[in-house]
Amino acid sequence: MNLIEMRDLRCTFTVGGGMFAGSRSLHAVNGVSLAVAKGEVLGLVGESGCGKSTLARMLLGLQPPTGGEILLEGRPLAAHGRLAVARRVQPIFQDPYSSLNPRKTVGAIIGLPLEVHGDEDAAARRRKVEEMMALVGLAPRLYHNYPNQLSGGQRQRVAIARALVRRPEVVVCDEPTSALDVSVQSQILNLLQDLRRELGLTYVFISHNLAVVEHIATRVAVMYLGRIVELAATRELFRAPRHPYTRALLESVLTPEPGLGVPDTHLGAAYPNPIDPPPGCAFHPRCPEAMAHCSSVAPGVSSDSRGEVACHLYVSSLPGSERRAS
Amino acid sequence: MAPLLLAEDLRVDIPTPLGMLHAVRGIDLALAQGETLCLVGESGCGKSLTALALMALLPTNARRAARRLEFGGRDLRAAGERAMADLRGERMAMIFQEPMTSLNPAYTVGDQLEEVLLRHRKASRAQARERAVLLLDKVGITAAASRLAQYPHQLSGGLRQRVMIAMALMCGPQLIIADEPTTALDVTIQAQILHLLKSLQREFRMGLILITHDLGIVARVADRVTVMYAGEIVESAPVAELFAAPRHPYTQGLLRCIPVPGRTRPEEKLGVIPGLVPTPIGELSGCQFRNRCEHARPDCAAPGPSLVRVRPQHGVRCVLAQ
Repeated sequence: MNLIEMRDLRCTFTVGGGMFAGSRSLHAVNGVSLAVAKGEVLGLVGESGCGKSTLARMLLGLQPPTGGEILLEGRPLAAHGRLAVARRVQPIFQDPYSSLNPRKTVGAIIGLPLEVHGDEDAAARRRKVEEMMALVGLAPRLYHNYPNQLSGGQRQRVAIARALVRRPEVVVCDEPTSALDVSVQSQILNLLQDLRRELGLTYVFISHNLAVVEHIATRVAVMYLGRIVELAATRELFRAPRHPYTRALLESVLTPEPGLGVPDTHLGAAYPNPIDPPPGCAFHPRCPEAMAHCSSVAPGVSSDSRGEVACHLYVSSLPGSERRAS
Repeated sequence: MAPLLLAEDLRVDIPTPLGMLHAVRGIDLALAQGETLCLVGESGCGKSLTALALMALLPTNARRAARRLEFGGRDLRAAGERAMADLRGERMAMIFQEPMTSLNPAYTVGDQLEEVLLRHRKASRAQARERAVLLLDKVGITAAASRLAQYPHQLSGGLRQRVMIAMALMCGPQLIIADEPTTALDVTIQAQILHLLKSLQREFRMGLILITHDLGIVARVADRVTVMYAGEIVESAPVAELFAAPRHPYTQGLLRCIPVPGRTRPEEKLGVIPGLVPTPIGELSGCQFRNRCEHARPDCAAPGPSLVRVRPQHGVRCVLAQ
């Protein structure tokens, strides 16, 4: 059974248009259906504004969906209750500078989830915190330190320890290494890999760094304007991307290979305003392969053994479109 | 040919409550016309302060010293605040990381672009406007004329960075220093901006110093690469050579840390550099990387080492190379 299942998940915000303009709707997440199996690492990629962080907040129970539902082991998230969700799903955020309380010590920060759930005495809590610190590679002497006395990498380790101290099943990592230096990023990625194996964790891993996602994820979902446009196993997706947007994303990655120069992605127009998304396929204004009906008809999701893709290039049902041999 | 920019033994010291912070500790740089030099390093290595020192934009409490500091044959050490203000924007320009904080939110894009020309040239408002439209068009902004009346907050991050680039180009400078120009942007926009920057550089034969921590960018953009660590240059080489045969253990470590698209294996571990970047405060001696280095030996603590030429254009600061 899937650990997490999202069914036609939606989140719409109302945006005030100013004094004279009426309020408008922003569909941050616009009908996402996605399942996460136990033990996998689901990578979620897309440009800023595509809704990946809103999706993360809904998975954590921090943002109620405005439509659709999230099932945790077959039961709706809401039915589990806040504490029960927090026990099983935990976050690691991007910026360890703002996600840790500057007035609490490392020990208190990591121990807080234990305290909130109130199931152990102080001595047992301390023992668990120390165990956790050892597991994430924090020296015991840091127990009484404050976050501002730590480096970025150490702070991110504190955030990881806090997330894992009650042994959750799912960890939602929202850009966990983007604020870190290269040498520290690799330490944290290795740590996340080790912890996943040792503790049998499931990750939902959000990042805009495709090299990092390719390294850590087992399956990747590509988001564009609130929708999943492609979903496939990591190797498959990076070997043979199908959606034109996925292809453009991969072409934009600058691999450390001298002599290749900077690619021209021909993506043209900037990312569209999510309040005013283009009609039809939301990607069509930037798509190098756009066809006539792409601007009027939104593509459905076609799934096969290779994964899912939402693009008219891969459906034959519409008049005038040719099925692309895959 | 004389280099466009030449710095020898450039130093930046900043007094702190804990002692003197030697942020930049005697670096040598030379940049030819039309050349791209990438300064690479992790946070705190002094790469941004190097750029600010070249532009004389350091914070007021920082002290700059150099044996030589020349731009277009002119000694910048002697140039006063006024002379530097005349040079900046006119012959040397800077592009910063975050266009939201480096553009003035209270002025329109047009005002800010036109000001550059009005400040440095005897141009009329109409001429300045014409040039602004031309350059906005050049950096790929559609409906350029109508953008002039917009304020920075009305533009997306990618557009703002394009405006910054257009602004840097207003007077047709010979040197552009770009400090992490694409770090705040999405990958697709990053590729576009770098592509643009490179093609403009070729077109106008500008010297470009690009500061970044992203080795992917370095590989694709640089002619020469300078790797900095704790305020010093630890390795400097032509780009192909640096990636094919890095000689300094720090450079080697950095290259092992990054997942390479297409070549990464899911269960494989990334390389790590243990330990932390040091803060260069107080008296420093020996190789600052030695306590993170897997090849460290006792003589690494001895004064020096100096930058050794292992190939004509390839310098390495490491006892192993000596």
